[in-house]
Amino acid sequence: MSEELVVRRISNGTVIDHIPAGRALKVLRILGITGEEGYMVSMVMNVYSKKLGKKDIVKVEGRELSSEEVNKIALVAPTATINIVRDYEVVEKRKVELPDRIEGIVRCVNPKCVTNAPREAVHPSFRVISRKPLKLVCEYCGEYLTEEEVIAQLAGT
Amino acid sequence: MSFRGKDVLSILDFSRNDLERLFRIASSRFEGDELKGKVVALAFFEPSTRTRLSFETATLRLGGGYIGFDAVQGTSIAKGETFSDTIRMLDAYADVIVVRHSLEGAAKLAAELAEAPVINAGDGSKRHPTQAMIDLYTVWREKKGIDNLVYGVLGDLRYGRASGSFLRALNLYSPRKAYLIAPESLRPKEELLDTLRMPWEFADLEEVLPELDVLYVTRIQKERFPDPAEYERVKGSYRIDAALLKNAKEDMIILHPLPRVDEIALDVDSTPHARYFKQAAYGVPIRMALLREVVP
Ligand SMILES: Nc1ncnc2c1ncn2[C@@H]1O[C@H](COP(=O)(O)OP(=O)(O)OP(=O)(O)O)[C@@H](O)[C@H]1O
Ligand SMILES: [Mg+2]
Ligand SMILES: [Zn+2]
Repeated sequence: MSEELVVRRISNGTVIDHIPAGRALKVLRILGITGEEGYMVSMVMNVYSKKLGKKDIVKVEGRELSSEEVNKIALVAPTATINIVRDYEVVEKRKVELPDRIEGIVRCVNPKCVTNAPREAVHPSFRVISRKPLKLVCEYCGEYLTEEEVIAQLAGT
Repeated sequence: MSFRGKDVLSILDFSRNDLERLFRIASSRFEGDELKGKVVALAFFEPSTRTRLSFETATLRLGGGYIGFDAVQGTSIAKGETFSDTIRMLDAYADVIVVRHSLEGAAKLAAELAEAPVINAGDGSKRHPTQAMIDLYTVWREKKGIDNLVYGVLGDLRYGRASGSFLRALNLYSPRKAYLIAPESLRPKEELLDTLRMPWEFADLEEVLPELDVLYVTRIQKERFPDPAEYERVKGSYRIDAALLKNAKEDMIILHPLPRVDEIALDVDSTPHARYFKQAAYGVPIRMALLREVVP
């Protein structure tokens, strides 16, 4: 069944397409969308896709997400496409692109890193030093975070 | 670059020119009262003798005063106050904050929270920039330069912060080669190896000793070995004595961040190779120069 038939068309907002199947909830989580914001959010999982076989799609009505907000989902959905919809038409389409820095979202694996200390005024932050395979380096302690570690951490969410 | 008001978090925040200037100030036997009326906070969340005393001495020699604490007993951290809150408090009292902490990245966090400049006096197992400055300064003075020399770095290269800081610091120069001499389980992590910009190689001490211009020795702690038998087996290969040094270049110098236990035999002290006491003494002029340059 086509996703068009599953989810109503939106007049204005953002469609995040080509999310690897099963990752839509992680995408919402990374975006910090909980549903309590008030705007309409719909999501389809495991729909047929020519490019990916199966994919997930997230649609956010009434909000145009900026690249900055959306790019961090590249950690779990590097294939995603961002479509900005105005008046029912796609007016802008861009690929997500992993930013050079990642703040929050994942933790440092070094137990002696200050970002793992409870109750301190600090959030984990990383510099991206390789995209394929993904490799991050902690800006506080210099420890590496590998792709497998990132996926493992986000799988638990 | 002016250091005034700047944080000193990693040796790599400095350029060769910056260090050169610092070294020239340190060797000019300057005296002064540049810190008159200034307060230096010595926030030692982890115990230290040498580093703390040399910062105190440097402060007093420049006419400054200091406040602070050693380890966490006797402060409200023992009562559960966070590191962040302690730093904010010191920031309100002092003109510069010197931080020693067991957590990695603690100095960077302090620098984000404090208006006053923060000097990292060792955080976690990787960074100890003022020690690296002293080490480089010792080579600079004793060998009349840092480039084109063959270095041996021996000991715990995995958890030891002095060795890691020294190796990182060498990245600012052009050593001919660095030999890394460590038991397999104490070799540096790939995070460090990836950053090395000079030719380097793992090596055996006896094999490379005749080539070395500088031998940087650090302690191998027994506690680092899961198996004590393994420690007993390897420790002999990382011990320096006068007999061994017969094979070294005449002008090869030995550095050690101290304290040493038995990795350098006492009979080495009276050889011309031993420079570790000088190195320790250089801790004061280097920290004087740094404080003079950094304190706003
Ligand atoms: N008004 C709308 N409301 C909801 N979803 C929409 C709307 N317009 C487009 N979409 C969805 O946005 C995505 C991109 O739309 P588009 O028309 O560009 O499809 P496409 O040509 O298949 O694009 P692509 O080449 O990126 O796959 C599709 O999943 C589509 O179903
Ligand atoms: Mg399509
Ligand atoms: Zn870290």
